[in-house]
Amino acid sequence: MTPARSQRMIADTPEIGEVTQALRDRLEAIWETKPGFVGWLASVDHKEIGLRYIVTAFLLLAIGGVEALVMRLQLIGPDRHLLTPEQYNQFFSTHGMTMIFLYASPILSGFSNYLFPLFLGSRDMAFPRMNALSYWVYLASALFLYAGFVVGAGPNDGWFNYVPYASREYNPGLNMDIYALGMILLGISTSVGAANFIVTVFRCRAPGMSINRMPVIIWGTLTASVANLVVIPAVSLAFFLLWLDRQFGTHFFDPAGGGQPLLWQHLFWMFGHPWVYAIVLPAMGMVSDGLPVFCRHPLVGYTAVALATVATMVLGFGVWVHHMFATGLPGLSLSFFSGASILIAIPSAVAIFAWIATIWLGRPILTTAFLFFASMILLFVIGGVSGFMTASVPVDWQLTDTYFIVAHIHYVLIGINVFPVVGATYFWFPKMTGRLMDERLGRWNFWTMFAGFNIAFLPMHLTGLMGMPRRVYTYPAGMGFTTLNLITTIGSFLFAAGVLMFFWNVVKSWRGGAEAGPDPWKGPTLEWAIPSPPPPYNFAVIPTIATRHPLWEDDLDEGRARSTLDRGMTLAHGKEALATTSLDGEPDMILKMPEDTLAPLMLTLALTLLFAAMLGKLWWLAAIGSGAVLAALIFWTWPRRQLLEREAAVHG
Amino acid sequence: MAEQVISAPRSLPVGPVESHGVGWNGMACLIASEAALFGYLLFSYYYLGASNPRGWLMEPHPDLHLALPNTLLLLASSVAAWWGERGVRQESKGQALAGLALALVMGTVFATVQVYEWHAKTYAPGTSSYASLYFITTGLHMAHVVIGLAVLAMLILWIAFGYFSPLRRLPVSNGVLYWHFVDAVWLFVFTTYYLTPLLGFAR
Ligand code: HEM
Repeated sequence: MTPARSQRMIADTPEIGEVTQALRDRLEAIWETKPGFVGWLASVDHKEIGLRYIVTAFLLLAIGGVEALVMRLQLIGPDRHLLTPEQYNQFFSTHGMTMIFLYASPILSGFSNYLFPLFLGSRDMAFPRMNALSYWVYLASALFLYAGFVVGAGPNDGWFNYVPYASREYNPGLNMDIYALGMILLGISTSVGAANFIVTVFRCRAPGMSINRMPVIIWGTLTASVANLVVIPAVSLAFFLLWLDRQFGTHFFDPAGGGQPLLWQHLFWMFGHPWVYAIVLPAMGMVSDGLPVFCRHPLVGYTAVALATVATMVLGFGVWVHHMFATGLPGLSLSFFSGASILIAIPSAVAIFAWIATIWLGRPILTTAFLFFASMILLFVIGGVSGFMTASVPVDWQLTDTYFIVAHIHYVLIGINVFPVVGATYFWFPKMTGRLMDERLGRWNFWTMFAGFNIAFLPMHLTGLMGMPRRVYTYPAGMGFTTLNLITTIGSFLFAAGVLMFFWNVVKSWRGGAEAGPDPWKGPTLEWAIPSPPPPYNFAVIPTIATRHPLWEDDLDEGRARSTLDRGMTLAHGKEALATTSLDGEPDMILKMPEDTLAPLMLTLALTLLFAAMLGKLWWLAAIGSGAVLAALIFWTWPRRQLLEREAAVHG
Repeated sequence: MAEQVISAPRSLPVGPVESHGVGWNGMACLIASEAALFGYLLFSYYYLGASNPRGWLMEPHPDLHLALPNTLLLLASSVAAWWGERGVRQESKGQALAGLALALVMGTVFATVQVYEWHAKTYAPGTSSYASLYFITTGLHMAHVVIGLAVLAMLILWIAFGYFSPLRRLPVSNGVLYWHFVDAVWLFVFTTYYLTPLLGFAR
């Protein structure tokens, strides 16, 4: 295939072939990332990017964890002075920001990035360059956000950053400006990533994979991405307006000039609540896909679970006000939002019953991954019940801003995010590295984390019910909090030890774990049909899908339809992938995929320069930054012949 | 169906053809997200308008003398851009260049008039929350106009280079779609700031 021919070709009948070594060699040459540092910087391979996401997010989990441990040392007994009140404020705010924005969501993006094309039988994401961009901008915003904390100017008003305390009057330093601009930068990364997931799901599935045959995690990430796409602008706008109020004397949140502090809360929670679901739904999807493998039984109630995922988000849009029950809103609106918040328990219950039924009907194999997935169900129930309680307005008035809420947050976030994610690592690590993780160490890892977590956070409900307020740097002796706090701190360190064992297991197994082979768990979905680690092009031939469990068709005997995995379109005339129709997954067009490029990194550097200049109000530098952004965008979008974005013109 | 994909493969378009291609889906996502951004801005306006006492509006009777013709001009620029895109579709380079250049000029005039409007105001962004909202909403819209103008300028350049044909023209269709979006958003901004006070909102 010469480039000249491909340029003039508007339509073509794809060649059909078998998987042969010759084909593999040809694809390898087309798809592999170039060696060397520049090749590494320019890579647009979704697996490379996914791994970077995962490693970065786990690093940030560790950093946020260290902050948590310092706080727990401060709270180990009454009247301690390890941290000053201001330092404590920065610690809990930075911890919250790190965990929610820099760990919980990016880690899921990492897994989805790595796994989406493998689940879907595709060669890459729909927009590989945008994929690289979303990672680089994520990294840049993490550094940007941490720059303040490192020099003692971290956020100090909690992760949701309420005005007026975030206003300049009370917070004259750069703390909030860094937080505000950093969050806008991070918003770019998340939005770009969300758009990529959405288009990939709708356009890049293997032929025959109609939407009722997608793995559940795809439903989770898709739902989360749709939500992110439309709610991220709310929080970016809120932070932008805050920055203007602080630096340019506007009056969005300032009552003296006709502004409204509650506007911040509305804008923040319109984003914040759907976001909370966005950081649990894909993790619930991990359990829905992982658990059945170890139960040797398909997920019970696939359709119900998929619909419940979507329903959770739809309701999630209607519950933002439940974070504001204590703000003095009209009674009727409180009732409405309270009702919606209670209703949202129903789709969650659907998922829980589906998992329990799957375990019940299957023959569970107690691997480490299974333990993590199954324990999540229990933690979810505890976190769900405490959340359900605070959905009721009178109860919320009693409990808001106490440690009861801190307990709830951690049951939900650690229970529904960290546990499934660690389970998912045990489950998919063999696919990503070709090696199994150590099961013996895995057991130790699981039980230490599980025990530590519950020792730390179960008593915290009680601490809250007894009235200990959250976000307070210490407490006096004789209030009845002392023993409970001591237990919590001990539990926290145990939990942290468990997480360390996990990291250790990853490092150890990556270096010298047992060979995994393509399909160590006998999984049902497409990723297990290809070598571990997958070759750069993923699938040598594009698979054709006939059922929801392409690799379990013979065992399940659900009908005569069979998927074809070893014969299909070869698409080896350059970097090519297949696009299919949105709902039925019929072949629709052949995509020309972009080569590795430095454009995403250049755009990220330009954006970072622009944001740093805005922070320092150095307008000449901001002008340079804007110019650089423009230049990077023009370079990026310049129509390329290789991508068939333009004709092979005689001139130009 | 599964068997046919392999046994009787159909001929498929290669690369983006006409306005079909994943790039179009990407543009749709961008527009959805940007539309949401303006939705939140307008929400803020209505929320503050409804929660403030009378007298919050600094312009209870907005002056339409410049704003209305300017709005019509922006709408007309959308028509010009559409006509230019049609030029690409019909392989008429002259029409394509003329249409997009006309849109570019009209958009630039719109922006200039808008800057003049800002200067003519008796209040500044720091005067009150109404003033803040007015300047930031129209200002963010202006930022989108400027981006849209840059897109039009690049399209003109690329068309002049002869890059596109009726079949290979996704960048043109995407760019023009973005311009339509920028114009559509202005209708909402215009309705909010210029028309709803006349209808009695927050007066
Ligand atoms: C070793 C594990 C952890 C410990 C010991 C821990 C401990 C703490 C402590 C002491 C606070 C501050 C309570 C207060 O003064 O109000 C806190 C707040 C918080 N934590 Fe954790 N945490 C851990 C892990 C996590 C994880 C994994 C997440 C999320 C994925 C998370 C999310 C949060 C959030 C959102 C807050 C609220 C911050 C705020 O009030 O603005 N934590 N945590």
